[in-house]
Amino acid sequence: MVNNAIEARGLTVRRGRTTVLDGLDLTVPRGAIVGLLGPSGSGKTTLMRAIVGVQIVRGGEITVLGERAGSAPLRQRVGYMTQQASIYDDLTVRQNLRYFARVQGAPASDIDRVIERTDLTGQSDQLARTLSGGQANRVSLAAAMLGSPDLLVLDEPTVGLDPVLRADLWAIFRRITDDGATLLVSSHVMDEATRCDRLLLMRGGDIIGDTTPSELLESTGATSAEDAFLRVIEASEKMPDAAGQPAASGNSRDDNAPPHASHPDAQSPDSRRTGQRLSEPAGPAEPAKADKPHGRHGRHAGGAQ
Amino acid sequence: MNPMRTLATAGRVLMQIRHDPRTIGLLLIVPSLLIGLVAWIFDETPVFADIGPAMLALFPFIVMFLVTSIGTLRERRSGTLERLLSMPLGRGDFILGYTLAFGLLAVAQTAIAVAYATWVCGLEIEGSIGMLFVVAIADALLGTALGLLASAFARTEFQVVQFMPVFVFPQILLGGIFLPRDQLPDVLEVVGDWLPLSHAIDALTAVSTGDEDAGYVWLRILFIACWIIGAIVIGSLTLRRRTP
Repeated sequence: MVNNAIEARGLTVRRGRTTVLDGLDLTVPRGAIVGLLGPSGSGKTTLMRAIVGVQIVRGGEITVLGERAGSAPLRQRVGYMTQQASIYDDLTVRQNLRYFARVQGAPASDIDRVIERTDLTGQSDQLARTLSGGQANRVSLAAAMLGSPDLLVLDEPTVGLDPVLRADLWAIFRRITDDGATLLVSSHVMDEATRCDRLLLMRGGDIIGDTTPSELLESTGATSAEDAFLRVIEASEKMPDAAGQPAASGNSRDDNAPPHASHPDAQSPDSRRTGQRLSEPAGPAEPAKADKPHGRHGRHAGGAQ
Repeated sequence: MNPMRTLATAGRVLMQIRHDPRTIGLLLIVPSLLIGLVAWIFDETPVFADIGPAMLALFPFIVMFLVTSIGTLRERRSGTLERLLSMPLGRGDFILGYTLAFGLLAVAQTAIAVAYATWVCGLEIEGSIGMLFVVAIADALLGTALGLLASAFARTEFQVVQFMPVFVFPQILLGGIFLPRDQLPDVLEVVGDWLPLSHAIDALTAVSTGDEDAGYVWLRILFIACWIIGAIVIGSLTLRRRTP
């Protein structure tokens, strides 16, 4: 019996000349809604792609439901909802789902179940291109739910939705975990953190916090998740790093070498702009980054265990 | 690979096209209209009798190349391909599904083009009409297979349209329509002899003039089939489950 839905050790991913994930460690327990929160460009999508096995991984190990990520048996046990609604515009909702069900090997009865679960009964014979953004999103979610996978990986499923639709969607997520599945949900809207059972805070390609919503608020003394996240980042940058980091790590990044100069190859433009300053240990020296133990700032800074 | 998933994919592609009547219209009618135009241009001359069979090879080939390459590129761009590859769909299921679906369309398109060329434009077919069909369909399938391959190298719609001249024009230029291949410079003649469209043109010309026996035509069909299989195999190799 495997207790964790996802385990990653030293996961390293490069996209082009950019190192997006650099030795990331991760544990996702079973049967919970786990939120993967972080600003855009922090590596959430890349991590999710690695989990479902469509990302070329440069180093490290990643195990999903006890098997190597992306291995053939997992393709029936893991549902993946990409960031854009990946459905066929020129098919109706039902035709989309019928095709995905046949590919997934799910019984035909599953189509009605997921349509009902995602509240699409009224739209089931409508062409996908005529749906609203929220409806199209739900079709994409319904497709990921076909065959009742043990793990659902949802990449920003609530992005661009109004508060009512977001609440509806979170109610659907809760029902899915009630059936025993595990959900990994990414979001850059920090408010959604409180709806998760566990939280993984991501920044600049690192997990900088592994906690629960209440622990996050308690340990940081913040009143909102957004605030708490900022404090975690602050804490992670101020924390004197034990394991052989240069003394500079206590300094403010800004009066040190300019962040761009210190890691010319690091992360996406987005995270290079902010992530360096906030979450990277100072290290003007490149090698210091290469062997720094990841998850380190976060796990403790987040105040969890 | 799994026949059920292959057929499901082919069915889905056809269903998508069914929701797009204008594309169906264009697919089925445009080759015939172009053949009609060529026949009209060479009205009162014996030229259409010579190049008419080649036109039957040309237009279905180009049209199928375009719709297939753009269709699969759309799939890559919309994220549906990524979803499918995280599911238990074999790469062969995907490619063969597309080949089957567009192959069926090619049959319909060719039937209309052949009927139009012979009955309306007065193209004389000395050989067997059945054989003409076999060659024309192989030729449209070739367009489909090369279109699948081309889409693997294109990242954007702009690129995939540019691949049309790259994959298609040299075959037209060296296929013997403009100048019989044995009159080309030696190097170009050799290159032309290895290109699949040349063999489609040869085979269709042979069927319409009735000059050659069935073995000659079947040999050319076999040559085209090798190209189709090669393109499909390379196409499915370039379709990676894991991408950077």
